[in-house]
Amino acid sequence: MMLEVEGLNAFYGEQQALFSVKFDLAEGGVRTLLGANGAGKTTVLRSLCGMVRTNGDIHFDGKAIAGWPTEKVVRLGVAHVPEGRGTFVRLTVEENLQLGAMTRRGRAAIAADIDRIYDHFPRLRERRRQQAGTLSGGEQQMLAVGRALMLRPRLLLLDEPSFGLAPLIVEELFHILRQINRDTGVAMLIVEQNAALALELAEHAYILETGRIVMDGPAAEIGADEGVRRAYLGY
Amino acid sequence: MTTPQQETVALGVAAPAARQAMRLQTRHWVLAGAIAVALVLPFVFQGFVVFQLTEVLIYGLAILGLNLMTGFNGQFSVGHGAFFGVGAYVTAIMMQRWNVPYYWTLPPAGIVCFVVGILFGLPALRLRGLYLALVTFAAAVALPQLLKFHGLEGWTGGVQGIVVNQPDVPAFLPIIDADQWLYLFTLAITLLMFWGASNLTGSRTGRAIMAIRDHEIAAAAMGINAPLYKTLTFGVSALYTGVAGALSALAVQFVAPDSFSLFVSINFLVGLILGGMGSLPGCLFGGLFVLYVPNIAESLSRGLAGVAYGVIMLLVIFVMPSGAAGFARYVGGLLARHREVELPAHRATPNAVARPAQRVEHQRAESAEND
Amino acid sequence: MQLFLQQVLAGLANGAIYAGMALALVMIFLAIDHLNFAQGEMATFSTFIAWQLLAWGCPYWITFVLVVAISFVGGIAIERVLFKPLHNADILANLVAFIALFSILNSADGYIWDYTIKTFPTPFGSKPLFGSVLIDAHEAGMLVVTAVLLGLLYLFFSGTRLGLAMRAAAHNPVSARLVGIRVGWMTALGWGIAAAIGAVSGMLIAPVVFLDPNMMFGVLLYGFAGAVLGGMTSPGGAVLGGFAVGVIENMAGTFVPYVGRDLKLTIALLVIVAVLMVRPAGIFGRTTVSRV
Repeated sequence: MMLEVEGLNAFYGEQQALFSVKFDLAEGGVRTLLGANGAGKTTVLRSLCGMVRTNGDIHFDGKAIAGWPTEKVVRLGVAHVPEGRGTFVRLTVEENLQLGAMTRRGRAAIAADIDRIYDHFPRLRERRRQQAGTLSGGEQQMLAVGRALMLRPRLLLLDEPSFGLAPLIVEELFHILRQINRDTGVAMLIVEQNAALALELAEHAYILETGRIVMDGPAAEIGADEGVRRAYLGY
Repeated sequence: MTTPQQETVALGVAAPAARQAMRLQTRHWVLAGAIAVALVLPFVFQGFVVFQLTEVLIYGLAILGLNLMTGFNGQFSVGHGAFFGVGAYVTAIMMQRWNVPYYWTLPPAGIVCFVVGILFGLPALRLRGLYLALVTFAAAVALPQLLKFHGLEGWTGGVQGIVVNQPDVPAFLPIIDADQWLYLFTLAITLLMFWGASNLTGSRTGRAIMAIRDHEIAAAAMGINAPLYKTLTFGVSALYTGVAGALSALAVQFVAPDSFSLFVSINFLVGLILGGMGSLPGCLFGGLFVLYVPNIAESLSRGLAGVAYGVIMLLVIFVMPSGAAGFARYVGGLLARHREVELPAHRATPNAVARPAQRVEHQRAESAEND
Repeated sequence: MQLFLQQVLAGLANGAIYAGMALALVMIFLAIDHLNFAQGEMATFSTFIAWQLLAWGCPYWITFVLVVAISFVGGIAIERVLFKPLHNADILANLVAFIALFSILNSADGYIWDYTIKTFPTPFGSKPLFGSVLIDAHEAGMLVVTAVLLGLLYLFFSGTRLGLAMRAAAHNPVSARLVGIRVGWMTALGWGIAAAIGAVSGMLIAPVVFLDPNMMFGVLLYGFAGAVLGGMTSPGGAVLGGFAVGVIENMAGTFVPYVGRDLKLTIALLVIVAVLMVRPAGIFGRTTVSRV
């Protein structure tokens, strides 16, 4: 297993947000974390990147990375599309993309990757010289995904990639994500409100409630179980 | 940035009414005790110490003025020394040139500063952060030059400045000396103005002012006339600092251009931050720090006084990053928690205990988003 | 016309001093998102070190390089020791730390090297340039060095990955960490660069204004005004702003009747405030777009 998490607790100040969470993810796999608002999905992603105080075990490639500083985790090839997109609003679109490749070497390869991102998201190419803060919400979301991909990550953490996007663009984004997963073999851990879409993309799903994993199983089964859908996924 | 007012409101929700009443009562006793001590002090100490204590009150009042604007309204000023200077000069000119009794010079000093403050407040409306700081900074830098300007020498006395007569002890109080009288006079004015500020910050207007600090656009969306409140706050803030300046002219018995350099403004800012933004008692702590610590530093080493002063400042800010008021709240929180552990009947609400840490997280998240 | 030209050039020469300071202020602002109130004192301290080395007989250009290097390391050290522990603290706690640093350096200067005014050599000579009365060799040298410095910095910040990483770390540290940037070191590097720029401007200014512990205070004021005028987010703007302040100040002193001589600083500040009314983020500053 590329990523193994066991007995993970996370804290905001003195408030505990996660309680002995356990899950794993194989190389090239796609899994999703589902649950209501405030269930702790975002916190799981933040824990992996050392953005909250945690205890418990997090192993990536067999390395115990719990408590590592964020930038060190990123250098292992973990890219995070954060909640709220994390755009560098004062920099241009292209500079944002270049920043995604900050830990890589090789000018030519980076330029080629930027070009590939523009192929995926032509709107970004049109606005490459524009201050990123002036992009619409949807465009910023694409930029955030593009920036994460610039790392050539081995693991991509996506926090609500569909947030604020028009339905058509969401479809397109998930289509692109699937394609990227197939082409590059990058593993993905997706946090989503839009459970139906996430279950289509993922092979395995975990359901969180108040900081605990209350259920997990193959995505198809979870999506087919009407009781689960009603109780946790709201559709 | 939180304020004692918010604190009270938040606790009011969490704590039973009885406990809140008790807490309010405690607060009144503390206040009464502090005033009693303040009244006795000038009779315990002599001459120079009484003068220094007067200065502490004056600095406290000036810092309160800055606090109204920076701490409560979120407008940044590095130029309040200018208002302090204007207030001092109004008093000096009225007393020495026009023979006005000293106590009648305070209202005009306040009013002149209020007007000047409004005049600075208007351009400040368009500016934020460092750009606003530059406007206030310009005031602080320009004032000494204006005061030295030969065209105004007839009033200001130019580089020489003006010597101010010490106020006489009123006839009905023959037993105290002039220093003690001035201290008591200053104390009365200071208490009055702190009382006014406390009422202001606790009122609807005060909440509007703080709402603008926390989120100007949201405040405007709620129907608060942000430009009006910001300009008025600027004026009132200048008024407070101006009255403090007027009192300082009486206490020091001398005004000169170089007494009101940029360093005065910087000292106020240091006092404000170390005392605690948005805290009223914190202003007096700031006054104490600004007056006494440089002297302490001087006594440690004459040659390295500036080094000692800087190191003390750093120590204070490392130990109490949110100022004395924040530190007091923190200690108070610890004590309250301790007490609640002892009395299991009154189970602490988890919210009240976790709040400080949460707030930090919250602010950090906010600042990240704002970027 | 002759007088006018001469005043412009004299203003530019002063402006070069302010421009250097404004540039250093903006650099550190871009790197750490704070205004460094102690920038002038750091520069003065560096200049005193240079003076000491020269007094011991070290040749000028070796001293120059050495002092720039020492300042760079010193700037990083100050960040690591003083400001790293405060990086989560309020902006105002940082402000107090800046003021403390100011006080410490200023007092240390006076203690080590005393308060007497010292002369400082110029590598360019002080002869009128090409026999002209308009500008002397040192002033011309100062202009050239400032221009070269600006060019190098521009290339660094817009053309290199490290420069981009530094800007990103300052604008949005959380996201910068998420792309793998070591934000703490970027900040330290920003301090190092600012201290090095400060050292260069200190050594260039000292021959003109003479060296004493308070040498930089006035320069800091003008530099700050220039930086704000140009826009805190634009290094090029800061340099132009610095020159503009120098020229405006000189013009006010010469051509504004009656009050000009005594109130030239006041007039300069008034002009700047007026400009800010029209361009609230400075002439070349970017307004940050934010969504509510």
